[in-house]
Amino acid sequence: MIIFQNISKIYKNNGHESVALDEVAFTINPKEFISLVGKSGAGKSTVIKLLIGEEKPTKGRIIFGSYDVNKIKRKEMPFFRRHIGIIFQDFRLLSAKTAYENVAFALEVAGRPQSDINEFVSQALELVGLKDKMNNFPKELSGGEKQRVAIARAMINHPDVIIADEPTGNLDPLNALEIIKLLLKINELGTTVILATHNKEIVNYLDKRVISLDNGKILRDEEKGKYMLA
Amino acid sequence: MFINLSRIIKYGILGFLRNGWLSMATISVMFLALLVLEGLIVFNIFTNTALDVLQDKIDISVYFKIKTPEDEILKIKKSLETLAEVKKIDYLSRDKALELFKEKHAQNPVVSQSLEELEDNPLLASLNIKAHNPGQYEIIASYLDESSSKESFEKVTYAQNALVIERLNRIINTTKKGGLIFMIFLALIAVLVTFNTIRLAIYSNREEIGIMRLVGASNWFTRGPYMVEGVIYGFVSAILSLIIILPAIYFISPYFKIFIPELDIWNYFISNGFVFMGYQFLFGIVLGVVSSGIAVRKHLRV
Repeated sequence: MIIFQNISKIYKNNGHESVALDEVAFTINPKEFISLVGKSGAGKSTVIKLLIGEEKPTKGRIIFGSYDVNKIKRKEMPFFRRHIGIIFQDFRLLSAKTAYENVAFALEVAGRPQSDINEFVSQALELVGLKDKMNNFPKELSGGEKQRVAIARAMINHPDVIIADEPTGNLDPLNALEIIKLLLKINELGTTVILATHNKEIVNYLDKRVISLDNGKILRDEEKGKYMLA
Repeated sequence: MFINLSRIIKYGILGFLRNGWLSMATISVMFLALLVLEGLIVFNIFTNTALDVLQDKIDISVYFKIKTPEDEILKIKKSLETLAEVKKIDYLSRDKALELFKEKHAQNPVVSQSLEELEDNPLLASLNIKAHNPGQYEIIASYLDESSSKESFEKVTYAQNALVIERLNRIINTTKKGGLIFMIFLALIAVLVTFNTIRLAIYSNREEIGIMRLVGASNWFTRGPYMVEGVIYGFVSAILSLIIILPAIYFISPYFKIFIPELDIWNYFISNGFVFMGYQFLFGIVLGVVSSGIAVRKHLRV
């Protein structure tokens, strides 16, 4: 269960204030698949940054399961983040590690034994269809393949939630569809998925809950929503 | 705990090998820094030995009138020995002085002949006094000057040499001080250059550090491998610089010996080899670890 309680985020820059989020409130239930849509600058990325504790809200409270996100100490942050799998538009793989090591890394930081790692990493890479490229470095993989490695890394810890921030932004339509299908599969296996996107086809294809943001405010929040910004 | 440590070490070694160019650049800078440090150590040994040798050549001699009985000379010697400034006193009796003189001029027939023609021993008994450091000769000289047995002194060499001793003393002190400042200055430069090189190397990894944090790596799990890399940098550059410096010292050593016969720098390094290597590794490794640790810290705030 994720709850945003009247969240405002105001960035101050040289005495100039810009409102990124204005009194945003919503609840996400376990095992839900929700799409967060809106133009660039609508506040999608801010919602995600606040949710993973990368930034703190100016006002309001964020509840994530048993955590009060704004009150997490720096030392506890790594443990909190192990409940979340994150996927980015620019993949953010570790360039000096192979596909296998990138996925294994998420388990290693959690201190899991080597036997678990050997078993789970192969499984995860098989699920995303990259078993034959597991010893390649990121620079040797295509965009779609990199994103699939990122998905394998995000789900390997069996997180409660997977957050995908424009995961298809750098991909062609075919690869984009592959990635979305993978996310749906992960959701069916019982993980909450939060997808931030401005890709109309994808949102309409999904036919799931949609939260539309505009200028830092929630425009619409519908079960089985469509991509509409007017 | 153990599994984390072994993973940190594994990733440190992997990172070192996979970032080949970056590792090479960092090691070459550290290697140069260590060479500078070693050069400074050699320079320091050289100047200090040279100055010690020079210092050892300074002394005061008191010559006694021919009629002074040996008892009295020994009494004066004993009273001088109570002075804290005095390091060593050598008594040279008239007979002994003659013997040394004859020995020294054995090859010279003119001198030995003229000695034989003299009925009495013309040489004076003397006390040769050495102080702990050159600044103390003035104190000893003034003690002698106020001594109750002053009448039995034929001459005290300090009066003649005072100017030279004082000047030498000043040169020795300035050289030692100047050498120390020079050494600290160069060592500081070496440390700063190394530190900045490692910082730059880690700056190029700042995105990776951010990603590790987002995936849920703790501070130590993120920082550890970089510090292991720092250890490897220090270790490899220490070995490289030893490979260069040891043969260099071996070849230079005979030339130093021409300047100062008392100085055998090769032997010095051989007998202090382990201490020297220890410093070398300690310097390299501590510098590597501390620089990496500080540099990563900056990028951990995600």
